[in-house]
Amino acid sequence: MADNPAVALEFKNITKTFGHVVANNNVTLDVRKGEVLSILGENGCGKTTLMNMAAGIYFPDHGSILIDGHPVTIRSPKDAYEHKIGMIHQHFKLVDIFTAAENIVLGLNEEGKYNIANVNARVSEIASRYGFNIDPKAKIYDMSVSEKQTVEIIKVLYRGADILILDEPTAVLTLQEIKRLFEVLRHMAADGKSVVIITHKLNEVMEVSDRVAVMRKGEHIATVDTDKTTIQQLTDMMVGYKTDLNIHRSEPVSPRPRIEVKHLSLRDKEGNQVLSNVSFKANGGEILGIAGIAGSGQRELLETIAGILRPEKGEIIFHNPKKDRPVTFYHKTLRQIKKLARERCFHYPDGSTVTFAGKSNRQIRDEVRREQVLFNGDEIMDLRYKTPLEIRNLGVKLSFVPEDRLGMGLVGNMGISDNMMLRSYRKGMPVFLNLVKPKKLGQEIVDKLEVVTPSLRAPVRRLSGGNLQKVLVGREISSSPKVLMAAYPVRGLDINSSYLIYELLDEQKRTGTAVIFVGEDLDVLMELCDRIIVMNSGSITGTVDGRTVTKDKLGFLMTKQVKKKQA
Amino acid sequence: MDASKRSFLPIPHLAKREKMNIFAAMGIRVLAFVLGMLVCGIVASLLVKDISFNWKSMKSFYYCFYEGSFTTNRKLLAYIKDLAVLLCIGLALAPAFKMRFWNTGAEGQTLVGVLAAILVNFYLGGSGNPDIALGDLPLSLIMLVAAVLAGCIWAALPALFKARFNTNETLFTLMMNYVAKYLVSFSIVRFLTNANSSGSMKSLSSGRLPVLFTQMPSIDKPGTTFKIPQSLNDYLIVGCIVLIVTVFMFVYLKYTKHGYEISVVGESTRTAKYVGISVKKVIIRTMLVSGALCGLAGWLIAQVDKSVSTESSVHGQGFTAILVAWLARFNPIFMVATAGIVVFLNKGASRIATDYSISPSLPDVFIGIVLFFIIGSEFFVNYKLKFSFAGKAEEVSK
Repeated sequence: MADNPAVALEFKNITKTFGHVVANNNVTLDVRKGEVLSILGENGCGKTTLMNMAAGIYFPDHGSILIDGHPVTIRSPKDAYEHKIGMIHQHFKLVDIFTAAENIVLGLNEEGKYNIANVNARVSEIASRYGFNIDPKAKIYDMSVSEKQTVEIIKVLYRGADILILDEPTAVLTLQEIKRLFEVLRHMAADGKSVVIITHKLNEVMEVSDRVAVMRKGEHIATVDTDKTTIQQLTDMMVGYKTDLNIHRSEPVSPRPRIEVKHLSLRDKEGNQVLSNVSFKANGGEILGIAGIAGSGQRELLETIAGILRPEKGEIIFHNPKKDRPVTFYHKTLRQIKKLARERCFHYPDGSTVTFAGKSNRQIRDEVRREQVLFNGDEIMDLRYKTPLEIRNLGVKLSFVPEDRLGMGLVGNMGISDNMMLRSYRKGMPVFLNLVKPKKLGQEIVDKLEVVTPSLRAPVRRLSGGNLQKVLVGREISSSPKVLMAAYPVRGLDINSSYLIYELLDEQKRTGTAVIFVGEDLDVLMELCDRIIVMNSGSITGTVDGRTVTKDKLGFLMTKQVKKKQA
Repeated sequence: MDASKRSFLPIPHLAKREKMNIFAAMGIRVLAFVLGMLVCGIVASLLVKDISFNWKSMKSFYYCFYEGSFTTNRKLLAYIKDLAVLLCIGLALAPAFKMRFWNTGAEGQTLVGVLAAILVNFYLGGSGNPDIALGDLPLSLIMLVAAVLAGCIWAALPALFKARFNTNETLFTLMMNYVAKYLVSFSIVRFLTNANSSGSMKSLSSGRLPVLFTQMPSIDKPGTTFKIPQSLNDYLIVGCIVLIVTVFMFVYLKYTKHGYEISVVGESTRTAKYVGISVKKVIIRTMLVSGALCGLAGWLIAQVDKSVSTESSVHGQGFTAILVAWLARFNPIFMVATAGIVVFLNKGASRIATDYSISPSLPDVFIGIVLFFIIGSEFFVNYKLKFSFAGKAEEVSK
């Protein structure tokens, strides 16, 4: 393989460490001319680090990079361009108020870069050569994510790159956009360019690439020809042992409505409509999936239900499963109980209705304390405009695993036990914290979910994505919630941790919890969820059965426009 | 290709350290202090006529630094007092900074504390109004309450605006310093009528602290006891009060629910909202604590000085305290050490200014040099310098 004459870029014995973390260990890898090469590996396996060294972001500790067989020193992105290497990063680096063409020549040191007409023409020329669809005069702020990505790719091509590296290019695109991107990439490969795609999505690898280089824990495992391998084989290489790729989906047991959202609308601070007229029902003992392109309002929907965002209008109704269970003074005052009794909400164990007629407060208290006063049915509660704290104080066990683990769900600089306290620190003695219980809970979660951490006190930001998520999910399910909402709970997780999370969600469902799962991988949604609602630009475009729906149908609903109705 | 030639040169780059051993980190800081002092010596030998770069001259130069704080009983007690006041302001800043509320207004908050205490003393202690003359202890306590309230008000204003309108707290608190300063100037002229022509006021004599300390083992003449005069008794009481405050603040930040909320809000307001902590409430409450402690520091200053002057009552300690708090990473126990170093440098520097009869600005340069080294050393606690030999490494690894 090494003496293949058409090698464009070669990594030789590359090692890179960050502190104690070995990101790349003695990696040798080659990229051929005119091919699409996928670098496949789980998060944190060092695939982006390796490519960043070719792009001049990092500098290797050991080893060398060869271009066309000659060793080169790449110390900055500028050096990389000189060697005709261009990288398109996951997060775009564009100036919003500039046009596409202006962004493309920005930072370029060449004659005539201010001749915009000329630049526009060259941009259009590149676009038509590879089948891009772009208006060089359009402003970035008017563009969709996929158009912005196109600008980034043309920017690299404009600088004459022959080797293109794309870091997770499909993460933000719709199904149709992905198809178009792949077509363009194939064009470029046919034109003699080398295209490297960093990804962890197996089906995309199979679809677009000529060869696949699999990386695991900083090491290059093997490079195989795509047409001679299978998804199962690639997965086993990625993980390091035989894997079972089936998600367990149990049958829902007597689903009962648990949370009901009616005509919910929300505007953000700038006044943009983020959610419009969203209505759905989530049942206990069921997993409700929410599908949609990233940024369609899924995150905001969950945050509104959790009480973090304040809706513009609409209702959020919670059915507290209290049927035939005693009322307590834990979440209710005597006055509230008397009011509910007047509304005939209670019965005695023998079935007769509670009226409290002619009873003194003392007698009522006594009956409640002896757990004689039982609810007739589920308690209906209105959660609208309630803060997370008020929701807790009402006795509603609503857990939320937010998308932003470190920015919202956990505090990065605190250890595991301090993070356990986030939900429970108000309990216990006045003034002082109870440090014992959170520590115990933290230890339990570490043991049960096999969290890898140096200690309970080590800042959680140093944990890997998978371990971080185990800590967060572990804490949220530790309160045995009645509703469990999870936004992208497996994003950035390795395969093992992902399957553990799926199993935990299914387990919660079996205990009768209403699980709401926002996901991005359609295959997972279809395998895990009982029902799926699909969102697009803040509206629900369809509700489907997770067992019978097809991927095409979901893809269609994800891009379907709902007619804006002024209500 | 010149690239192959270049690759044999060592290429320096910075790498973040995982986590440093606490003793190694301490070692780096001590080394930085020593290096800083060494550079001070060199600079002094170059700039000051009487100091030359030889063993004897350098020895007396450094001894002079030491002499500023530790050689006599009086100096030691004065050192404790200065340390206590600076530490108290630093402790006041700790919770605010931990919440990432950049309170740059400790100077003003302390100054209004001094002013309030002095005004109370003036009007209720017999000087301003001969009809009312309270006893020492009640007067002292009323002064304390007034000072704490004044500090609270001065701190609460920017906190309210931050919570309500999200104003920039750094600028707001900074500007409040000037308001406080001119309020003092005005008050001296308008209310404190025993002010002399230079614009400062004469010391008051009422409201003394109780005498708790009368003697201590002498450090000038070991083996004998030193009889503590009443003014120095105050210094020791100040030290004790701040010791209690230090322990209180350590416990408050580490073991109470309030302290926990402060940490969460400081780390991420989004997390705070997620678990239902009211960010506004925590901001205001924490700034009240911060302002109260600044007011307390003001009261301590008023108790030992018994006068107030336009600018020099707080001596810029409100700003120095920011440094003290930062260097100690907002840990109250570490702050004792950082405040100790800063006061040591100040005292040593002014001693040098008198002993070598040089202008007081040069010792300030010395303080700057040492602090520069200490602050700069933090970089090496967090990062290390690495050299790569890219070309050679390939051969080695084969």
